[in-house]
Amino acid sequence: MTLVDATLAKPEVAARAKRSPADRRKARLGLLFAAPSAILLAAFYIIPIVVLCVFSLTDYQLGALSMRFVGLDNFSKAFSDPVFLRSLWNTVLYAVIVIPFGVLLALGVALLVYNRKKSRAFWEIAYFLPVTATLVAMATVWQFLLHPSLGPVNAAIKAFGLEPVAFLSNPALLIPTMALIGIWQVLGFNMVLFLAGLTAIPKDLHEAARLDGAKHPIDRFLTVTWPMLGPTTLFVVVTTSISAFKVFETVAVLTKGRFGSETLLFELYLEGFEYSNTGYAAALTLLFLVIVLILSIGQMVHMDRKVHY
Amino acid sequence: MQPQSLEILGVEKSFGADNVLKSIDLSIRPGEFLSLVGMSGCGKSTLLRIIAGLETPDRGTVSISNRDVTDVDPSERNLAMVFQSYALYPHMTVRENIATPLRMRRLSFAARLPLIGRMIAPAETLQEIAASVKEAADTLQIGHLLDRKPAQLSGGQRQRVALARALVRQPAAFLMDEPLSNLDAKLRAHMREELTGLHRRLGATFIYVTHDQIEAMTMSDRIALMSDGGIEQLGTPDDLYQRPASLTVARFIGTPTINLLPVEIGVAGRITAFGEELGLEAAPKTAGPATTSGPATLGLRAEDLRPAADGLAARVVRSETYGADRFVTCELVQDPAVRIVMRQHAGEGLPGGADATLRLGFDAQRAHLFGADGRRLDVSARARVPA
Amino acid sequence: MAVLRKYLPHLVLALGAVPMLLPFYWMFLTSIRSPSEIFDVSLWPIPQHLDAAQNYARAASQVPMLRFMLNGVIVCGGILIVQVLTAVPAAYALAKLKFPARRLMMTLIIAALCVPMQALALPLFVGLAKTNLLNTYFAMMAPFFLSVFAIFLFHQSFRSYPDEVIEAARMDGFSEMEICWRLVLRGSLPSLAAFAVFSLVAHWNDLYWPMIVVTDTNLAPPPLGMLFFADVESGANYGALMAGAAIITAPMVICFLFARRHFIAGITMTGVK
Repeated sequence: MTLVDATLAKPEVAARAKRSPADRRKARLGLLFAAPSAILLAAFYIIPIVVLCVFSLTDYQLGALSMRFVGLDNFSKAFSDPVFLRSLWNTVLYAVIVIPFGVLLALGVALLVYNRKKSRAFWEIAYFLPVTATLVAMATVWQFLLHPSLGPVNAAIKAFGLEPVAFLSNPALLIPTMALIGIWQVLGFNMVLFLAGLTAIPKDLHEAARLDGAKHPIDRFLTVTWPMLGPTTLFVVVTTSISAFKVFETVAVLTKGRFGSETLLFELYLEGFEYSNTGYAAALTLLFLVIVLILSIGQMVHMDRKVHY
Repeated sequence: MQPQSLEILGVEKSFGADNVLKSIDLSIRPGEFLSLVGMSGCGKSTLLRIIAGLETPDRGTVSISNRDVTDVDPSERNLAMVFQSYALYPHMTVRENIATPLRMRRLSFAARLPLIGRMIAPAETLQEIAASVKEAADTLQIGHLLDRKPAQLSGGQRQRVALARALVRQPAAFLMDEPLSNLDAKLRAHMREELTGLHRRLGATFIYVTHDQIEAMTMSDRIALMSDGGIEQLGTPDDLYQRPASLTVARFIGTPTINLLPVEIGVAGRITAFGEELGLEAAPKTAGPATTSGPATLGLRAEDLRPAADGLAARVVRSETYGADRFVTCELVQDPAVRIVMRQHAGEGLPGGADATLRLGFDAQRAHLFGADGRRLDVSARARVPA
Repeated sequence: MAVLRKYLPHLVLALGAVPMLLPFYWMFLTSIRSPSEIFDVSLWPIPQHLDAAQNYARAASQVPMLRFMLNGVIVCGGILIVQVLTAVPAAYALAKLKFPARRLMMTLIIAALCVPMQALALPLFVGLAKTNLLNTYFAMMAPFFLSVFAIFLFHQSFRSYPDEVIEAARMDGFSEMEICWRLVLRGSLPSLAAFAVFSLVAHWNDLYWPMIVVTDTNLAPPPLGMLFFADVESGANYGALMAGAAIITAPMVICFLFARRHFIAGITMTGVK
């Protein structure tokens, strides 16, 4: 299913003249069945997007009595707003840490788990558990685990004779710490996607590679597994980056944006819902949306490629 | 490369409680085309995979030209395998697919790495590989497809690519696991011919697994018919057809399926069916009890039957003409559950027509007798004693 | 060497599993320890004083923890029911009934798939504020009533349902509603199960939207409740805090342990699209 389908709609119009009563009945029922969803689609997607675009061009503040059209001022303001730029930078930094580790570690774990026969279920559970858990609650637990004096992590660091690490109070470490939790949470999800990708590789190919002389597992990985996982990997990278750009819960629990640790979505939340700068927040939301859409296009491209083999 | 022999000695394999192979001994001559044939689940694919090294036998050894390779990695046995699914690397072009076995063997690990490898690999070796690929592709007439990917090929073309990948490096032997089963009937007949041609040209050892007895009969020098984890009979296609060693072999080989008649071996080896004398005598066994008496099965090929003056009475149920041949299906008068198919030339007259009754005649030399244990017993004509 | 090679993967996996599971272990351990052991950073599983009852009781009394759970059930259940009720007929119509604007709707749905909820939050919030609907269950559920993902997923699944069966059913006098719900959906139960898991997990764990539309503690779903609770306790009583975290995490984790396959299929279903 791609967007191209929409262009194929024309022949249908031509055929309309010859519609039988049965076809007309189907069309009527189809409209009836689709109506609730169509109404909701308009109410919760289409109208909000339009309203969002309108807001972004105004100085509207929720509760204010009047609003003024300000053109693209909100956007130019955003790019000179140090807080927004910092949140953007923080989010990019977060993504840059989470994406490679979240993807490569997941691939490694998936490769190891895939070949376990009896213990596979156990490892799957162990690594997938963080995905199911409520992130807000688990972030609270992490906060405790990383506590400078009460947490076992720093206790272990001290036991090795090193200085305790101020994970959650050293501003330079805040984003990396949150990225660590992000990796912890996304690893199992990506592992399962890689496992599905691995399952889809025919066993024959590995055997053919062995007979073709690929003796070492690394050879077989490079000849068969890695190229065959190409589409899966791209997909995993895209989903990981989209979810990295949506990081919110860990910030809300761990720092509430203190010490300059706000991320894109948290900054959006503050502007839009705490400070009620609706117009400005709308502009920021559109920038956020553009980033997510650009990442989604990667996903579309990947889907097209997959069809070819 | 000189054709190689293969020796399988006492190979056993079980998967859990399932005894897939029960002590297999098989020696394959250099340059021969040997088929492993049998029903699905008879262990033929497992045996092939053990030869390839993809499975490890629980017991026994596999040797190639007197070198024990039981513990040698598949990559170092120098065997080529054509898989049922062809197992072409979908992300590689046909050229890269065919080149893979050579690249693996002739290039160092570093030279095989993507991107960097191209700079390290010695140009000479790369040229040799390209030449070999070209030659293999030409042999199989796929030279024009070298830049395509497997997904852009038809089933028959993929089959050729898989063959080219196998023969590009002159392996000790070719292993083929039902390579034709994914092709349509017409293409399959054609590829059968090509494969035998290829075998003749290369003079290499071929081990060919199939469930299709026609493939085995038409292509092989020898057939090993497997059943239930053992080799039921090993011999030329003619051996298997003319002198099936057991009921299983007789049933498996030949179209239409051999006619089977429940018979009784009486005193002095006299054979009767439904109390009627058949003019046959079971030869006394050379060892064991002097005569085997008791229930047995008589196998008669459709083409060995003819309407006769005397013999078992049968009623014609159906008669189908296939151009030159006619297959007449009858049921025995004594037991309508026993169906007998008789093959005639279409020109030959059928006494009566549908619903007619006739008597089935046959030559004693063409009859196959199987004891209660399913093994073949010798049988000969017997002077008919007047009742 | 051979032994090492055999057990090396297990060893690596086990080492990796330690940080994966440590938070769960620590959460549970602290939740049954007494507050006096708070400075004990050892991972020894048996606490000196088993204060589980006290900690859990505190978690349930300090803030209305059970109320949060109930809110979570109401919100997730309500969302799921409406999602299925709207998505199934729409997906059926898109897959099997030719109606005008069908292509347009499909295109809009695929486009909507790429739009994250967070991008729509602002106008939806303004709309709800203008209609005085903030701090209601409706406000928490409404934006999710339409799941374009559900429509897309069911559409993919319904498309493979044989047309002949539908035509035969029409001739047998089935109404279109019956065909849709009793025949076609029946053939897609695995998709329904996977979607249910996906939806329940996503909304049980969602913090963003409730945080925007709910300020009333009595309406808070579990994640928001947890945030309130953490603010109230602010590090004073980790035992109770961890007990609260355990209560909130438990339903999904227990369901996951019992229905691992469905869970994995459901949560990673975004991978299918």
